[in-house]
Amino acid sequence: MFSKSTHDIAASFSRRGVLAATAGLVLGLASLTGAKAADDTIKVGVLHSLSGTMAISETTLKDTILFLIDEQNKKGGVLGKKLEAVVVDPASNWPLFAEKARELITKDKVSVVFGCWTSVSRKSVLPVFKELNNILFYPVQYEGEESERNVFYTGAAPNQQAIPAVDYLMKDEKVKRWVLAGTDYVYPRTTNKILEAYLKSKGVAQEDIMINYTPFGHSDWQTIVADIKKFGSAGKKTAVVSTINGDANVPFYKELGNQGIKAKDIPVVAFSVGEEELAGIDTKPLVGHLAAWNYFQSIKSPENEKFIKAWQAYTKNPKRVTNDPMEAHVIGFDMWVKAVEKVKSTDPDKVIDALPGIEAKNLTGGVSKMLPNHHITKPVFIGEIKGNGQFDVVWKTPGLVAGDAWSKELDGSKDLVGDWVGKKCGNFNTKTNKCLGSGS
Amino acid sequence: MPAHLSARLCSLALSLFLIAFTLPALAGPFEDAVAKFANDDYSDTDEAIGVVASSGNPLAFPIISALQDGRLMADPDSKKVYVTGADGKSIDAATGQAVASVPDSASAVRLNNRLRRSVDAALGSLTLQSPDVGTRLQAAQSVFKSHEETALEAVDAALAKETNRSVKAALGDARAAILLFKPDATEVEKLEAVAALKGRGDQEALALLTGMGDQPASVTKAAASAIGSIQNSLAVWSMVQNAWYGLSLGSVLLLAAIGLAITFGVMGVINMAHGEMVMIGAYTTFVVQEVIRTRYPGLFDYSLLIAVPLAFVVAGAIGVLIERSIIRFLYGRPLETLLATWGLSLVLQQAVRTMFGPTNREVGNPSWMSGAFELGQITITYNRLWILVFTLAVFAILLAMLRYTALGLEMRAVTQNRRMAASMGIATSRVDALTFGLGSGIAGIAGVALSQIDNVSPNLGQSYIIDSFMVVVFGGVGNLWGTLVGAFTLGIANKFLEPVAGAVLGKIAILVLIILFIQKRPRGLFALKGRAVEA
Repeated sequence: MFSKSTHDIAASFSRRGVLAATAGLVLGLASLTGAKAADDTIKVGVLHSLSGTMAISETTLKDTILFLIDEQNKKGGVLGKKLEAVVVDPASNWPLFAEKARELITKDKVSVVFGCWTSVSRKSVLPVFKELNNILFYPVQYEGEESERNVFYTGAAPNQQAIPAVDYLMKDEKVKRWVLAGTDYVYPRTTNKILEAYLKSKGVAQEDIMINYTPFGHSDWQTIVADIKKFGSAGKKTAVVSTINGDANVPFYKELGNQGIKAKDIPVVAFSVGEEELAGIDTKPLVGHLAAWNYFQSIKSPENEKFIKAWQAYTKNPKRVTNDPMEAHVIGFDMWVKAVEKVKSTDPDKVIDALPGIEAKNLTGGVSKMLPNHHITKPVFIGEIKGNGQFDVVWKTPGLVAGDAWSKELDGSKDLVGDWVGKKCGNFNTKTNKCLGSGS
Repeated sequence: MPAHLSARLCSLALSLFLIAFTLPALAGPFEDAVAKFANDDYSDTDEAIGVVASSGNPLAFPIISALQDGRLMADPDSKKVYVTGADGKSIDAATGQAVASVPDSASAVRLNNRLRRSVDAALGSLTLQSPDVGTRLQAAQSVFKSHEETALEAVDAALAKETNRSVKAALGDARAAILLFKPDATEVEKLEAVAALKGRGDQEALALLTGMGDQPASVTKAAASAIGSIQNSLAVWSMVQNAWYGLSLGSVLLLAAIGLAITFGVMGVINMAHGEMVMIGAYTTFVVQEVIRTRYPGLFDYSLLIAVPLAFVVAGAIGVLIERSIIRFLYGRPLETLLATWGLSLVLQQAVRTMFGPTNREVGNPSWMSGAFELGQITITYNRLWILVFTLAVFAILLAMLRYTALGLEMRAVTQNRRMAASMGIATSRVDALTFGLGSGIAGIAGVALSQIDNVSPNLGQSYIIDSFMVVVFGGVGNLWGTLVGAFTLGIANKFLEPVAGAVLGKIAILVLIILFIQKRPRGLFALKGRAVEA
């Protein structure tokens, strides 16, 4: 991993430089000879932060897309043309995401963009993609309550991660008391609202739910861990549902380990902790804590083994881990390639219409399908943390779960559906039979 | 339990020899249960644990403890189960006979949280009479936690023989917990149990009492009064706990701010790259640990002691370099200094990101920094305790250095009156460089300690820079004692606000309070005359 990322950036920059020069030359020749100047590549935008707080998670996704493009080009590219990555760095700066998205679409003329991690960055680029009519593939699990024509959500919606995880704890661990702990921003707040409504619908009393929010990068967890311990000593089996994001997780788990909270007493199920995050912690005190994802590196399937091998060879790091958002990019990229080949064009309108219904193999042995609401079907796995930083799958859904754009648990959204095939609408109200139109 | 179990630490070979001759070769319920481990099904494993643990078979202990450590191997094809010892030798779990090797198709029997609890309960009742005091204590505690009726007999037997006081107390608690949940226990027994748990007085006792379900009226009443008294004592303890957490947070703030108290407080340089010096110290710790892990694994517990001087030297040297190459040209121009050091902090972050990658790096806790101990009803974690001690030590050394060394004297002289110091023959620019290096070096040391409780990532410094400035400004620019008082005041105030207002609002409230305070006393708690004030 050493110096890999900048190397790639440098490489892509110099590639761009060369390309620009060639393009200039071709253009010059074309004007001389009058021959048509055909684009000999299809450009793919990569909009992930390579610096700032989110670089820790997003750099890997940039590498993933570069890897996928590399693999695709080895197979001969798409429509007989090579793919070319255009990498920009929005630097974990939300308004800059919108600027960089505009730059990718208008200046670099990309056909599709793979990018964003936090919900706030996605919300910031939405108007740009709508206005300039391009395609964004968003690979991260998120809070739902959205279905946009120009966005394809390959990560999990709440019903593909949070709800099954809570079901598992309720049935298998007989949990009766719940701590919903999260970082203070839109994803945890919406997810916890959905979970609270869901738990109450299952007969959990208000006093058996504790909700706690902490700032980004919170590092002093003593009080909160002590509170969890206290909350857990009310004679009922207690579990923590964690939507704690990013850097704050390491000190949180360290404090849990040090204060002696074992998974067998109070299990923590996390929605934002994967292989990549665990790479920074000594996981021995965490054995048995849980995570819910649609993919784990440890899942044994021929596709997964092949992917991990190729990925580690590409990154020249035999220890490089894989994680859930990476798999989402793998699926999304495959779907985009298939859609483009189906309509024999990279024109966004045609590709957007072609994408629903496209199927692509996921890495866990199933076939995911793009739905009319622009979400995909995914399996849900619950994994226990092992001593080596990997996960041991202890439960999975019997089949694939279709992603709900609009949560059925919330009053405001339970009647809404997204349907870009029949209704051509992202927020169609099935009660009033009306499309609410833009402004989700 | 058979007597020879108590000699479980004896050589494996001898006991295997005995077992091989005492066991019938025929398949019985025990052998059937053992075979279930090979099914890779959690409920089958659970069932097998129960049967094996209560079988009275001498192999029960080795099997269950192997299961706990992930040394119980099962072959799904032949349904054979093996126990591999720590020494690499293996036995057949059903018969106890030694086997030459475990087949490659065998893998460790998997556990989930429910099964781990079953394993603990089973091991608890199996090891209640172990010769080792620590094992016995642990056994009694896990029986207390699982409080299963079946363990009562074993607890009573162990209680009769036990001589160690703390184990005896733990066994008494375990007995009380079992009786409280035993449906056919007499009312007298239950009342005694409630009294015993009231005496224990901690959160676990509270959990048992609140969760005990339907009981005779007298027991419910006694339990209610016990719950009340435990809650009262816990409320007092929670104040003590808040105070401790406050001290601990204060020590982290102080550690992060102490270097800034020198570069900003004493020299008056608005050093936005201060956080990056902390980060460099943390990465130095990472590098030291990497070298130790690969070359001298035995030294791991000393890694922090080795890292402290190295971090001081590395960060200090970078500090001197920065002062000589950038900051010395900007003295007296605070705005340019601010911009230049801020740019520098971005450069340093990106440099580290390029060298070490954007992801977190794992810095391990040495054994003496892990875990916690109980003091009354509060838990004190070793890492926080050591950081508090370390911070105070750094503070004392720094204070002594400023007071009793020649460099310290020169620093104070230059701070108070630069021109006069220069005319007395002090090389002021050399002192400037060394002072900045000292502040940076101390920030590097802080990084070593913070690597134990926080992420080691390129962003580590960013999260401390605001807090550090807050502490220094609040405490009074240019005064080390002010920084100390400021850090602990903010830490304790924060920790008393947090349980009431929550972490987010608590932090906002602290910021608002500081703003109001600075309005009233712009120079902080302890104002001092110095170059910073004159500027």
